[in-house]
Amino acid sequence: MSKKISISINGISYEVDPEKTILEVANDAGIIIPTLCYHKDLCVAGNCRVCVVEVVGQTRLAASCATPCHDNMEILTNTLKVRNSRKHIIELLLSEHNADCTKCYKNGNCELQELAAEYKIMSQDLIELVNHKNYTIDMYSPSIIKDDSRCIRCQRCVRTCAELQGVNALAVAYKGDHMKISTFFEKSMNDVVCTNCGQCVNHCPTGALIEKNYIEEVWEAISDPEKHVIVQTAPAVRVGLGEEMGIEVGTRVTGRMVAALKNLGFDSVLDTDFTADLTIMEEGTELLTRLKKALVDNDPKAKLPMYTSCSPGWIKYIEHMYPESLDNLSTCKSPQQMFGALAKTYYAKSRKLDPEKIVSVSVMPCTAKKFESYRPEMHDSGYRDVDYVLTTRELAIMIKQAGIDFKKLPEKKFDRLMGESSGAAVIFGATGGVMEAALRTAYELVTGREVPFENLNIAPVRGMDGVREASITIEKPLEQWSFLDGVELKCAVAHGLVNAKKVMEAVKNHEADYHFVEIMACPGGCLGGGGQPIPTNPEIRERRAKAIYEEDAFMPIRKSHQNPEVIKIYKDFLHKPMGEKSHKLLHTHYTPRKRY
Amino acid sequence: MDHTIEYISELVKKTGRKREHLLPVLQGVVQRENCLSDETIIEIARQLDLPTADVYGTATFYSFLETQKMGKYVIRVCKTITCAMKGKNQILLTIEDMLKIGIGETSTDKQFSLLQTNCLGWCHKAPAMLINDEVYTELTPEKVREILSEYIKK
Amino acid sequence: MAEHYNLKRADFIFRNENDWEKILSRTLEKDKQELINELISSELKGRGGAGFPTGLKWKLASEAVADQKYVICNADEGEPGTFKDREILTKVPFKVLTGMGICGYISGASQGYIYLRGEYKFLKADLEKAISEFEYYCKEINFDFNIKIFMGSGAYICGEETALMESMEGFRGEPRNKPPFPTNQGYMGKPTVINNVETLAHTFTIFKHGAKKFYDLGVQFSRGTKLFSVSGDTPKPGIYELELGMSLQDFVDEFGDGDTKAVQVGGASGFLVPRKRFGVTSIGFKGKLTGISLPTGGSMMLFNSTRSMFNVLDNYLEFFREESCGQCTPCRVGCQQLLLGIKAVKQGQKQAAYLDKLLKLTETMQYTAKCGLGQSVANSFSSIVENFREEMIY
Repeated sequence: MSKKISISINGISYEVDPEKTILEVANDAGIIIPTLCYHKDLCVAGNCRVCVVEVVGQTRLAASCATPCHDNMEILTNTLKVRNSRKHIIELLLSEHNADCTKCYKNGNCELQELAAEYKIMSQDLIELVNHKNYTIDMYSPSIIKDDSRCIRCQRCVRTCAELQGVNALAVAYKGDHMKISTFFEKSMNDVVCTNCGQCVNHCPTGALIEKNYIEEVWEAISDPEKHVIVQTAPAVRVGLGEEMGIEVGTRVTGRMVAALKNLGFDSVLDTDFTADLTIMEEGTELLTRLKKALVDNDPKAKLPMYTSCSPGWIKYIEHMYPESLDNLSTCKSPQQMFGALAKTYYAKSRKLDPEKIVSVSVMPCTAKKFESYRPEMHDSGYRDVDYVLTTRELAIMIKQAGIDFKKLPEKKFDRLMGESSGAAVIFGATGGVMEAALRTAYELVTGREVPFENLNIAPVRGMDGVREASITIEKPLEQWSFLDGVELKCAVAHGLVNAKKVMEAVKNHEADYHFVEIMACPGGCLGGGGQPIPTNPEIRERRAKAIYEEDAFMPIRKSHQNPEVIKIYKDFLHKPMGEKSHKLLHTHYTPRKRY
Repeated sequence: MDHTIEYISELVKKTGRKREHLLPVLQGVVQRENCLSDETIIEIARQLDLPTADVYGTATFYSFLETQKMGKYVIRVCKTITCAMKGKNQILLTIEDMLKIGIGETSTDKQFSLLQTNCLGWCHKAPAMLINDEVYTELTPEKVREILSEYIKK
Repeated sequence: MAEHYNLKRADFIFRNENDWEKILSRTLEKDKQELINELISSELKGRGGAGFPTGLKWKLASEAVADQKYVICNADEGEPGTFKDREILTKVPFKVLTGMGICGYISGASQGYIYLRGEYKFLKADLEKAISEFEYYCKEINFDFNIKIFMGSGAYICGEETALMESMEGFRGEPRNKPPFPTNQGYMGKPTVINNVETLAHTFTIFKHGAKKFYDLGVQFSRGTKLFSVSGDTPKPGIYELELGMSLQDFVDEFGDGDTKAVQVGGASGFLVPRKRFGVTSIGFKGKLTGISLPTGGSMMLFNSTRSMFNVLDNYLEFFREESCGQCTPCRVGCQQLLLGIKAVKQGQKQAAYLDKLLKLTETMQYTAKCGLGQSVANSFSSIVENFREEMIY
């Protein structure tokens, strides 16, 4: 640790670390400085200039996010000069911004709007630049809308796409008054390497990048008496939704969420967790089959490591960036799409419904799931498997529109038939969760014993490190798995595509010999998904993760293969994992795409 | 396109394939082709292992790295203060009249493109223009006609 | 009145001197600290316009600890009205290269770069020849120093030192946050001395003739000579080496056309001085001089009474609007607002009082912009609007 230095802010002295910026020190001291381009997930840019403060002795103001403290620095955060300058900068941003707030999707959740309100920008003297520009709105992606007229050029999206995701679908282009956030040759987001992960949406302070919303379509379906509208909810939604409802971060709102969905008028409120458990059965079996083919049969077609396939952002990423590795992907559909395929087959049959009349809606922490539901191969039920995908944020909007007092709702339970789940499914929402769930089941299938971790909590795969490794040695397996005796099963977990890249490169360069790798596109896994409440930052992700593991710990069933509905569906419908029906409904194939 | 790939490969061999070699590579391509097409940017991105959007964003920052299709000869007339004072508009009119193109346009025979540019550093000999890398100063309409006639003959 | 003198011409920079080899080898034998002291005592300040003391810059870089350091010659001469660096590189390249070599010796850098603006590409071939001759000699005297040319591609902002480094590293030429400063973390994150072409040429003079010779020229706080790029309404446009500290009146007497209405000192990012202030304005760096002293990169543009100051300002603002890198709000949006604003006033769509709002806006730009470009737009804007307000109004 380096020596502390002394500074003063607004006349009060502080002893601080010299590496810290003025902004960090001020925040620690409880002094709020407005920011726009700053985000805790991202590197410092220092380009919006709204965080300026006065440093005694300097004529110019300092951008507090980008200025390190030095000894005896005297900082003033609330002088006339500072206030006037900040106000001026906000006015400038507003003049460049399509400030027709009432027609903006982000109305009420916009950082620029908040600042404008705080600084009481009552009149607009400056000339509205929006009228002088040919702004375009890109609506071609099924996941993301990019509206340049709302962009304030803070570059948070660009940094997100580069630093968190390593995708670089967005970049800063041109200079001066033409400077803009652009894709390659200004193509549509749908025609470039964009993975639809929505992290840019989650990090955008304004309405320049938003999810494509399907709220009206869902309302319409619900109102149609002819339709049987079912909804599935992903594990991460229940630990995020509360934030949109004014409930403290990290609160589990599963029961209230179910109650709200019933109030909204869905005919059946079901759980993606059910198909998460099913995923474990399928994917676990697939892994063991691959291991057998690779280790016993020496089948060159059995590719290891096997990568998980739950995260559609990750799928699109690997299709673009590592198309040569598509055979390493598990062929399992994501839980959302397994659910969709079963909804219009198994569910329809069991409930004696015409699949034509079923509208299958999902609520996801994710924008990439919207794109996924549009994939041409996702019609295995004979219909479009999932009709509409809503984000956590869209669900919150619907709940508010319906006039539901969410905080006061009584807790309700998911409906049956595809509503039962285990703790293993819940943790799908956190990075490492799929791995942990798979190990709980696979180890037990192979050895007949529970995984050798206290309370089934496989601690090595938990946490927020970008890449985590774990291994488990299989001892005394059951007869049929004897070839695995003594095998050290090597696993890795990565979240955030920039970390996925690290794993992919390590595997490519033979620096790692994993058998099984879990990859989630978003930092923190689905709980930090692009469709989750805004803001999402490292601290919020930690708290949502804590809630997820709590949810797991309180579940009566902790292992996927013990989910009674899973047992039932294999008995009544699917017959066996990786069986013929599974193959048709629950597995898929992938499309190589261009990297450049 | 095959020629371009080959050319880029050669360039990259000379300059290196790190990020700091991006500008020299882009400049090399523009030197040869007068502009950067989406295909050439893709090839450069591939060879330097950079994201295409990033290369595009970098290229568009620089006025001389055109991403629009340009003619064989790119005329850049200085529009900054001294040249503006000393008759830049006359020069532009002369060129427009002679080549039948407006600012930002390329002649139908793909020989000439006309652009304006910021200070070329010849204020004491204003007005000035560049045709590709060649500088022409102390321009008059007559002088411009002579210069262009030479290029047309080429 | 400011301490100034009548116009004094000088002839150091372009003086034909063929002894660069001797000066280089002789200087490299001297103690580094002694050389730094020599340079500091000359009081040479950066000739690009910002005026940072050159000796101090070299000292800071020499004290920085790193496995690799760099010397960069900033030849991205883009300020409207400036063309002296091109002439130096054309006529006396060896003075610049020698300056770079000595800087490399003092700071501990073995690699030098010349960042040459794209508009000067025609200089490249000759400059490369000079460099290979220079490197050949360095090798001969066992001095490990190499120089490469890095071409710009048309971006005024790359003259800003950290933007220039971003550009060299293959990125958009966007200025960095400071600190860190280049002498600690510059090109490729390594300690870097970056100097303007003319500054390096002056170091040649200083190491050849001694600091005193240089110091004795000019006035207090503004020592030595400076190249001036003279253009606009003048019967003798061109490049002139003059001692610093002259009054603008003397300058106009020499270079004006008898009808000079105003002089733009320091290019578009500098100040416009109206006729009534010629006598109280001197050209040099800020110090304890009485009267107004204007620093400059050497651009002197003269305007006679036929010129509309509105057109002049309009031209500058269009320049800034296009050449701003666009990353920071005050500069990107501010430049657009200023340009549209003066047009609106001129066309009667906004009241004259709107000019005062715009003046306030330039003040904010000065306080909050990330780099010198956005900060200095206020200079020309306020000096033109305040002195020629009537020309701005409908």
